[in-house]
Amino acid sequence: MARYHPQTLYDRLWRSHIVAEQAGHPALLYVDLHLVHEGTYLQAFEMLDAQGIAVRQPKLTFATTDHWVPTERRLRRDAPLSSMSYVVQGLLEVAKEHGIEAFGPNDVNQGIVHVIGPELGLTLPGMTVVCGDSHTSTHGALGALSFGIGTTQVGHVLATQCLLQRKQKTLRVHISGRLRQGVTAKDLALHILSRHGVAFGREHVLEYAGTCVEAMSMAERMTLCNMSIEMGSRTGLVAPDDTTFEFVSGTPYAPTGRQWDESVERWRTLRSDDDALFDSEVSVDATDVEPMVTFGTTPGMGVPVSGRVPPVDVIGGPEKRRSYERALKYMGFVPGDRLDETRVSTVFIGSCSNSRVEDLRAAASVLRGRKVAAGTRLKIVPGSQAVKRQAEAEGLDHIFLAAGASWDEPGCSMCLAANGDVAPPQQYVASTSNRNFEGRQGPGARTLLMSPLTAAATAVAGVVADPRRYLDA
Amino acid sequence: MRPFGALKSSVVPLLYADIDTDQIIPASHLTSRTPEEFANGLFNRLRSSDPEFVLNDPAMRGRSILLAGTNFGCGSSREAAVWALKAGGFEAVIAPSFGEIFETNSLKNGLLPIRLESASYDELVRTIIHDRDATAIVDLAAGTLQVPGAVTASFEIDAFYRTLFLEGMDELGYLLSHEAAIEAYEAENMNPLARWRIEA
Repeated sequence: MARYHPQTLYDRLWRSHIVAEQAGHPALLYVDLHLVHEGTYLQAFEMLDAQGIAVRQPKLTFATTDHWVPTERRLRRDAPLSSMSYVVQGLLEVAKEHGIEAFGPNDVNQGIVHVIGPELGLTLPGMTVVCGDSHTSTHGALGALSFGIGTTQVGHVLATQCLLQRKQKTLRVHISGRLRQGVTAKDLALHILSRHGVAFGREHVLEYAGTCVEAMSMAERMTLCNMSIEMGSRTGLVAPDDTTFEFVSGTPYAPTGRQWDESVERWRTLRSDDDALFDSEVSVDATDVEPMVTFGTTPGMGVPVSGRVPPVDVIGGPEKRRSYERALKYMGFVPGDRLDETRVSTVFIGSCSNSRVEDLRAAASVLRGRKVAAGTRLKIVPGSQAVKRQAEAEGLDHIFLAAGASWDEPGCSMCLAANGDVAPPQQYVASTSNRNFEGRQGPGARTLLMSPLTAAATAVAGVVADPRRYLDA
Repeated sequence: MRPFGALKSSVVPLLYADIDTDQIIPASHLTSRTPEEFANGLFNRLRSSDPEFVLNDPAMRGRSILLAGTNFGCGSSREAAVWALKAGGFEAVIAPSFGEIFETNSLKNGLLPIRLESASYDELVRTIIHDRDATAIVDLAAGTLQVPGAVTASFEIDAFYRTLFLEGMDELGYLLSHEAAIEAYEAENMNPLARWRIEA
């Protein structure tokens, strides 16, 4: 009889996808779902075409247009495809040529890749999912082993449906307690980053566990897993449960009938054993978390909205001190500044972190019956066409437009500003995205990361604002 | 990929922690097609906004080794960050640690990521701060980094990738050579739902 070895969820996902393993070499890992977008496909397909190699499994490959598509209606719906970036058009051509299903700018299924994968039932528990984008960690919320890859690796997957990978270490993030009213999964992620920094997850697969995680909706789990890459880990995992199965059930590409029943039975085994050992553990009490805002140029430089810019951290040594001083100079802050006195001229609600219908409902709960402050612009970009349709069915668009916000077409938009949705230089932009790096949202743009609730409150106040003052009792 | 030979160069010091790939190449330059365009994208924002930025110093021209801080290349998975560094003439980056995806991308493109443990790294930084023009010698086969008369450090590279680097071998070729194993996996062990998608 085989000896019992406790397994983690990662152990189970890893073992079930090994194609070949040779001593000393990285293993060949099979990819069940390959998601492609218009930012990281070009050189990959050129590599295949140069060598006359066909895409091995076109039916396991799905493409969307999100990073470079315009979000303004007149540039999107009313303009021809030929007016959009060559990478958008090129992806649709190459997908057609290779028999890959692709969602063009105005396709009913189009959206941000990490929103549509789960939404369409493409991402399923137990799968390996890869994409040429670092926020692929998002899909781990469904109990799928999901991580970002580079363009060359995109070519490897297209050609062989495999990747060379070494098995990583495991880190359990145990979250107890519960998020208080007005506090969201985004705040929880920023809280973890402020405590543990941006590199603690390096070389580890993160698994989020604990009663707080079990009580979370899928959108909250996706926000949490999305931010895993900012913690240094390419992968975040949540064991699938009834919340997951309810979410997946009925999605367009999910199994049905007997296949559904068999799948759910198999998915219930996808968890870490109670006595499984992790290489590292981090514990968080969600009850401690406040609405957060970042003040610096890494996602780890954050404080509660009521907080102040901290003094220079001398503990980290000269390199850290230099980086911190540089960050404050870029952001125009000095230690002791109150974040809630920061005048914000642009607010962006969107991105793969927070653009699902739940996030829009949260924003609407603050914006209902209120107006965006004079001198502040609020741009709201739904995560997908499906999210947009659902939001409109619920009348959320009326709330946004009445408040004076713009209601735009789905895409990555201001998160990375590749499509021209740029934040102005030397001004503060409140953003529900995931990165506040120097110049990311525009040359000289000063990003303040936060949750959709805090962003909506900030848009109304015109300064960084605590959302709890705007919620009904 | 060309075989990685001996490397001898002065270094470009960029001694900040957490330099992310947006800084290495901004999104506005991700649609670059030629080496010249990628080279123009390299640290584009920093070069154009800060006259004091190290790469604006003419003395740095022609140097092929970058000396960076912890967690270099964190953030976005953009492989263009590596292409931009290579187009800018870099063959190796030295740091205490790297963003994982960046490190993987580097190994796939012949940009050698040299991880130094802290004592060696600190010694190297002190040496370079004292003498900006000191020459560093990288011997990949021996796993050593030297500044003659000042620093001798060893570093490790994933053994599999060291072989690829030294022999100029192609990873795609290695993957394709496993055709039989891939077919066997697809026949026997494929995720049932993946199989169902193919057969539908």
